[in-house]
Amino acid sequence: MNTSENLPDIAIHCESVSKNYGKIQALSNINFDVNRAEIFGIIGPDGAGKTTLFRILTTLILAESGTAAIDGFDVLKDYKEIRKRVGYMPGRFSLYQDLTVEENLEFFATVFNTTIEENYELVKDIYVQIEPFKKRRAGKLSGGMKQKLALSCALIHKPSVLFLDEPTTGVDPVSRKEFWGMLQKLREQGITILVSTPYMDEASLCDRIALIQNGQFLKIDTPENIVSQFDDVLWAAKSDNMHKLLEDLRKDEQVKSSFAFGDSIHVTVDNGQLTVDSLKKYLIEKGHKNIKIEAIEPTIEDCFMELSTTQI
Amino acid sequence: MIKYLLKKEFKQIIRNPFLPKMIFMFPLMVLLVFPWAASYEIKNLNLSVIDSDHTPYSQRLTQTIVSSNYFRLTDISSDYNHALKSIENNKADIILQIPKNFEKSIINHENVKVMISPNAVNGMKAGVGMTYLASIIGEFNATLISELYPEMAKNSSSIIQIDSQYRFNKELNYQVFMVPALMVMILTLLCGFLPAVSIVFEKEIGTMEQMNVSPVPKIIFILGKLIPFWIIGFIAITIGFLVAWLDYGLIPVGHFLEIYVFVAVYIFAISGMGIVISNFAQTLQQAVFIVFFFMLLFIMLSGLYTPVDSMPNWAQWLAAFNPLKHLMIVMRSIYLKGSNFSQLAQELVALLGFAVAFNGLAVLSYRKSS
Repeated sequence: MNTSENLPDIAIHCESVSKNYGKIQALSNINFDVNRAEIFGIIGPDGAGKTTLFRILTTLILAESGTAAIDGFDVLKDYKEIRKRVGYMPGRFSLYQDLTVEENLEFFATVFNTTIEENYELVKDIYVQIEPFKKRRAGKLSGGMKQKLALSCALIHKPSVLFLDEPTTGVDPVSRKEFWGMLQKLREQGITILVSTPYMDEASLCDRIALIQNGQFLKIDTPENIVSQFDDVLWAAKSDNMHKLLEDLRKDEQVKSSFAFGDSIHVTVDNGQLTVDSLKKYLIEKGHKNIKIEAIEPTIEDCFMELSTTQI
Repeated sequence: MIKYLLKKEFKQIIRNPFLPKMIFMFPLMVLLVFPWAASYEIKNLNLSVIDSDHTPYSQRLTQTIVSSNYFRLTDISSDYNHALKSIENNKADIILQIPKNFEKSIINHENVKVMISPNAVNGMKAGVGMTYLASIIGEFNATLISELYPEMAKNSSSIIQIDSQYRFNKELNYQVFMVPALMVMILTLLCGFLPAVSIVFEKEIGTMEQMNVSPVPKIIFILGKLIPFWIIGFIAITIGFLVAWLDYGLIPVGHFLEIYVFVAVYIFAISGMGIVISNFAQTLQQAVFIVFFFMLLFIMLSGLYTPVDSMPNWAQWLAAFNPLKHLMIVMRSIYLKGSNFSQLAQELVALLGFAVAFNGLAVLSYRKSS
């Protein structure tokens, strides 16, 4: 594609898409639009249907019902056109392990009828980091370098829409941060990015996100809006016996919900009904020691937990 | 496009630590070792003799048998039960019982009977041993007749004389029979099953999916997989020709060109079968298992060892759908008899049929799975 081409403002359009594998409903009635040059995150746990959605949008599998379009091209009728203009980076590293870094990039360039030189500008920032190893076979790269190579290969034909399926799963925190930095840069160059991740903390780096569970979208909005719509009071609670604490909290009728969250338990209560002190008192009665309860700001994960319990 | 795919494929094959060696070693091993190890000719059968006569004639018979080189005298027993023991202990394969008064009866012009009892656990060995032993005794019989009753010998010899002559393989050489058929085996493995495994491997590591989201048409992708193995097939068969010539002095009576034409059709057919397998198998494990299943079935019904004509009717029917069988007939006919296209028309039609059927099925089954 080139910049003079008139691309629709909606890069990805998805309308009531459903897919089931046998009796298992993988996706049901998915509706969303992704604007041009937007980073759109699909956030959800393993098995929520993220990869299935990606495979439908990249024309690898067919949806049972509904329609989807990339850059205005229908995934069913114009799949050939779509394959020319999208870049896809699957969750698992899937390049040729016995070809070198350079050969892999060259191969994927030729497969898309282009050359490394033609689009070098686009991948330069990423590729320079692995260029010192360009004679090394892809199979012998470290995890972070493999990921950079995979991204380079997905970008080498200058796609207008980039699909990244769990690109940061199994990557160390530093490389993850770096990776998201690269995505921001790509967006600045006008590339639309659809990215999926099971990490809630990455959600805030997207322009908009969709929370997905059991094949259904729970909510689509900007990360800020989703967090601000959380209007319950949120506390983090700790005690010596965390397992009993969770059980006791769930027994309390004034507590709306409580979930284990790292080393503490996040407790939501309806606005203004229960105070920290009265909850503490209740817990002391139950025999808990070293109780700590403090008010915290909600994160995307808290919103996700809340949405997933209220909607299903 | 295909140029780059082929370039990539050859790079991968050459870098594979195992494949290039196998492409050369496989035909060499199969052709150099196999024909010598697998042989129908049975030598060194262990013989147990029960000589109840102990006369010059009975000893002469034993001598004659041992000096034939087919038998080794490993046991001399006093009675039948004793001899049976030696078969049970695996000391003997076949028992020859010479009765009392053997010599006396011969000289008195009376009929005399000897008994042969082979161990038929291995039926083929027993049958062959029996035939050998019977024919040696038959010859001994004839010698005795000509010695003792020259008059009678003259009369009998004038009635029917058998003069056997083996056509196309004068010495009934087993290697000559096996080598052309083994070339078919080499082609089947290299051109039928390697591409199947190679495609499934791409499925498994996920590069297949990467190719599927690219503008590369499926047919080009598959051709990119097959062409290298077609070339490898032709290299391997040429190595096969060389080995057959250098090691066995075997040069086809017919034309090389003819063989190459048949081989080309066969490679096309068998690689189509490989693609069908790769369409159905999702993992290497599945692919290898399916390959094994068909390989065993094909070999058993191919006529590599046991002639298809001697199989029961239903098995002959099955064998008709076995591409290996047809090419084996072709290879043996061209190599040994020098058959031409018109004589092998039936096989050519069959192989072309397989090529169309397998590749058609490959296209259909691919569509279904997408």
